[in-house]
Amino acid sequence: MAQIIGKIIRISGPVIEADNMRGAKMNDVVHVGKERLIGEIIRLNQDVATMQVYEDTTGLKPGEIVESTQEPLSVELGPGLITSIYDGIQRPLPAIREHTGAFIARGVQAFSLDRKKKWLFTPEAQKGDAVVGGDVIGEVPETSHIQHKIMVPPLLTGIIASIASEGKYTIEEEIATITTNNGPVKITMMQRWPVRKARPFIEKYDPTVPLITGQRIIDTFFPIAKGGTAAIPGGFGTGKTVMLHQLAKWSDAKIVVYVGCGERGNEMTDVLREFPMLEDPRTGEPLINRTVLIANTSNMPVAARDASVYTGITIAEYYRDMGYDVALMADSTSRWAEAMREISGRLEEMPGEEGYPAYLASRLAEFYERAGRVKLLGSKHREGSVSVMGAVSPPGGDFSEPVAQNTLRIVKVFWALDADLADKRHFPSINWLKSYSLYLEEVGKWWEQQVGKDWLNLINRAMALLQKESELQEIVKLVGPDALPPRERVLLESARMIREHYLQQSAFHEVDTYCPGKKQYEMLRLMLKFSEKILEAAEKHAHIDKILALPSREVLARMGKMANDEFEQRFHQIEDDLEKELDALIKEKIA
Amino acid sequence: MKNTDIEYTTVTEIAGPLMVVESITDVAYNEIVKIRTSSGEERTGQVIEVFENKAIVQVFEGTRGLDTKHTSARFIGETMKLGVSKEIIGRVFDGMGNPLDHIPSIISEDRRDINGKPINPYAREYPQEFIQTGISTIDGLNTLVRGQKLPIFSGSGLPHNELAAQIARQAKVRGNEEKFAVVFCAMGITAEEANLFIKDFENTGSLERTVMFLNLADDPTVERIILPRMALTCAEYLAFDLDMHVLVILTDMTNYAEALREIAAAREEVPGRRGYPGYMYTDLSMIYERAGRIQQKKGSITQIPMLTMPDDDITHPIPDLTGYITEGQIVLDRGLHKKNIYPPIAVLPCLSRLMDRGIGKDRTREDHADVANQLYAAYAEGRDLRDLVAIVGEDALSERDQQFLKFADQFEQRFVAQSSHENRSIEQTLSIAWELLSALPDSELKKIDEKYIKKYHLKIKEKKTI
Repeated sequence: MAQIIGKIIRISGPVIEADNMRGAKMNDVVHVGKERLIGEIIRLNQDVATMQVYEDTTGLKPGEIVESTQEPLSVELGPGLITSIYDGIQRPLPAIREHTGAFIARGVQAFSLDRKKKWLFTPEAQKGDAVVGGDVIGEVPETSHIQHKIMVPPLLTGIIASIASEGKYTIEEEIATITTNNGPVKITMMQRWPVRKARPFIEKYDPTVPLITGQRIIDTFFPIAKGGTAAIPGGFGTGKTVMLHQLAKWSDAKIVVYVGCGERGNEMTDVLREFPMLEDPRTGEPLINRTVLIANTSNMPVAARDASVYTGITIAEYYRDMGYDVALMADSTSRWAEAMREISGRLEEMPGEEGYPAYLASRLAEFYERAGRVKLLGSKHREGSVSVMGAVSPPGGDFSEPVAQNTLRIVKVFWALDADLADKRHFPSINWLKSYSLYLEEVGKWWEQQVGKDWLNLINRAMALLQKESELQEIVKLVGPDALPPRERVLLESARMIREHYLQQSAFHEVDTYCPGKKQYEMLRLMLKFSEKILEAAEKHAHIDKILALPSREVLARMGKMANDEFEQRFHQIEDDLEKELDALIKEKIA
Repeated sequence: MKNTDIEYTTVTEIAGPLMVVESITDVAYNEIVKIRTSSGEERTGQVIEVFENKAIVQVFEGTRGLDTKHTSARFIGETMKLGVSKEIIGRVFDGMGNPLDHIPSIISEDRRDINGKPINPYAREYPQEFIQTGISTIDGLNTLVRGQKLPIFSGSGLPHNELAAQIARQAKVRGNEEKFAVVFCAMGITAEEANLFIKDFENTGSLERTVMFLNLADDPTVERIILPRMALTCAEYLAFDLDMHVLVILTDMTNYAEALREIAAAREEVPGRRGYPGYMYTDLSMIYERAGRIQQKKGSITQIPMLTMPDDDITHPIPDLTGYITEGQIVLDRGLHKKNIYPPIAVLPCLSRLMDRGIGKDRTREDHADVANQLYAAYAEGRDLRDLVAIVGEDALSERDQQFLKFADQFEQRFVAQSSHENRSIEQTLSIAWELLSALPDSELKKIDEKYIKKYHLKIKEKKTI
């Protein structure tokens, strides 16, 4: 292939132009200047190519050389991704640190995956097998509980001419040869894939299985399904990042990809520090052993912010293709949108709403559409899923801005964070009256089969109670709570119980941070039983102060923080006590 | 002839703070330009865009008096740098890094690019060392830790400068004496405000461990863009080369953002919200993210940026974008100030994101987190009741509610309020908290672990002693 080498004619922040670039393709990667900074072509006009550069452009001069690699921006996929932390264009941060010390300098070239490490490969196919793209031909134990499937790259069909025997290989060593119509193709354990192109699959299914997150308000009231999409918008200080960290920690996904996109450096450090120490409640393994981290902090080059979300989702799709459930968290998609706005502004494109480019909506849609539960490529029937959860940081906490609005048009779950709740230290500060999940019915069936058959009924009753509370609060604001009739006062009390001890959950409490599904069900059931009983007592004229002084009220309030095995043993007892106390109260009144 | 020796007289256009030089060769993006006016005065600028043989230069001292005939420009072949050495401590500089204290310039050991480089998140050390500021609302409820960036959101006329000076005066890490320095960066504040700080540093004898960068209200606006970068380059040198713990005070970030907007407007960029450039978030983060700690380095950079919220509006882009980057915020409140409460810290919207790791046993005290949560909850409840009282009157409240109402008043009077020279230890802060909480019914202290109630609750303690 003829080389394409041009000369810089213009530099404006992260955007540069070079002439003599005819023949270069859109979205191809280029090397810029003496330091060979990495960039991507984003516009072509005759001989002139416009590029966004993923590193700081200070010191570049017109006349310096730009060379096209004639390849689109791609990621390396293979064993070794798990536990890694990458920058936006998949350079490992530890390697960058080795090259340039504690501060990130420019022009570092580093392989994404370790070339020297040998992995134990076990073949799962034989010579002579007919294979198609997506078929698994072997396995590598990547961490102690993740089997990294070695797959035939998508779009490849043929017959295995040779396959390596069990043994240790590097990711560049040939482990198989496939004879195709176009001749033999060598297969290694590493694939490359362009980040802006979704990895193919056969068919998309409706998501029906919940992604259990251990967060009560989410799992119970606003669930996300495996393969679903959710947005979590909120102003600063409302707990977006804590919530996404909670989801990354406790979701029952096999693999978690966490993209820190334009956020704080210390937050990534926190994940790096904490995840190796936390235990996955399902496998007992350190959480880091199922996590891939992508970090483009707010002070890292802005163009790489755009790349970071694509890098993340491509890695997520790759693990999906192995048949796993993958969850991707992006914090925050607003920073990505702002990066688009900045680049678009430098290109002098016609701005859309609030200066964002007109293609904002389609880019967001494209990204979220890469989520889903799918039938995978390959000759056998296999399924996998990617669930996507994106934080949105609306200016001033105002959800009417373009990024929040365009996101809400696509995603199925909306967790609305509320500054008023956060100010009152009600965490997670998800507003239960504004949030919604379109998966509620679908995954409700799963809950009814797996956990408790009256699940949806419980949720509806609890939600009705909370709705009623908000109406009553309006009246209380005018007349004070004492002016309400006893029936209304106990309703308020029941709602308060759910609000303070079910919806609120402490991310920093060792037990409360993760609430198993069964416990959620029993807690909610007991609270609603309590609600029913005190209503009955109030109707039979039991005195409100006596109801409020019941000891079981205190016990119910402490259920969330009660050790899970203790709760398992005690909840029947709690239920009995509650019934006895209230029955006694009612009898006393009647007698 | 080297390019750095050529004086270009090809200035073709001057608009706002910008100047266009044509027919240039070999000019780099972000390079520094020395400009000579027709009267021989020298100014400094920076290349903010190059296009073929044309450079757009932003002039730091302003373009007044420049012309397109005689003005000449020389490109010096390097980016903006600050000379650093141990001698820098105790000095005062202007917006261009020139000394203002009538002593000769320092002999620099090294010249550092003022734009700095991002800290690799993989090399960061998570901040968790408690800094005692002696101010109850900060230490008790919004604890500051070493390496944090915690801004003060204020409004015009509120005593944010006094508060910042008090923090600078009192802040310390308990237990060990370590090398400590203050970097003070004033952007567009009045001479009077600057004097408040200078006098305070003088009185406490901390002037000799302070480095000041001053750009006062009548100094060129565009210099405000580079001033915090110089200050932080200096701070990085002190922290990561000389192992010092550096407290950086940046005031007033609102003036910085205004300067940013001015340049964006002059460049005819597509404006974002309220005319501020779309990249303001990224730009601000390049300043704020320079706070932190690094593994295997002793020093640290703690930042206290101050900003005045236009019209006290916390959703205005300047506080809004700041809050998204910084690790919490201290918000001042006009209502409290009017009630003559100093410091007028509006507890509820305040936050310190790094607090959880900085407090507790061995750091402050075991009951700290629970007490803070309980104070928040009780104060929030008391505040809500105030609104109710305004409608139904105090008599309509239950006894319990009246206790909470009283708590909110007492909390403001005794916990929030303190004098500007009162330096409370964390133990004093917590014991005031317990005095206030002990006035509430025991059953309402739901957020506090029972074992701490037994240990610290005044009534229970009293019973024991009887």
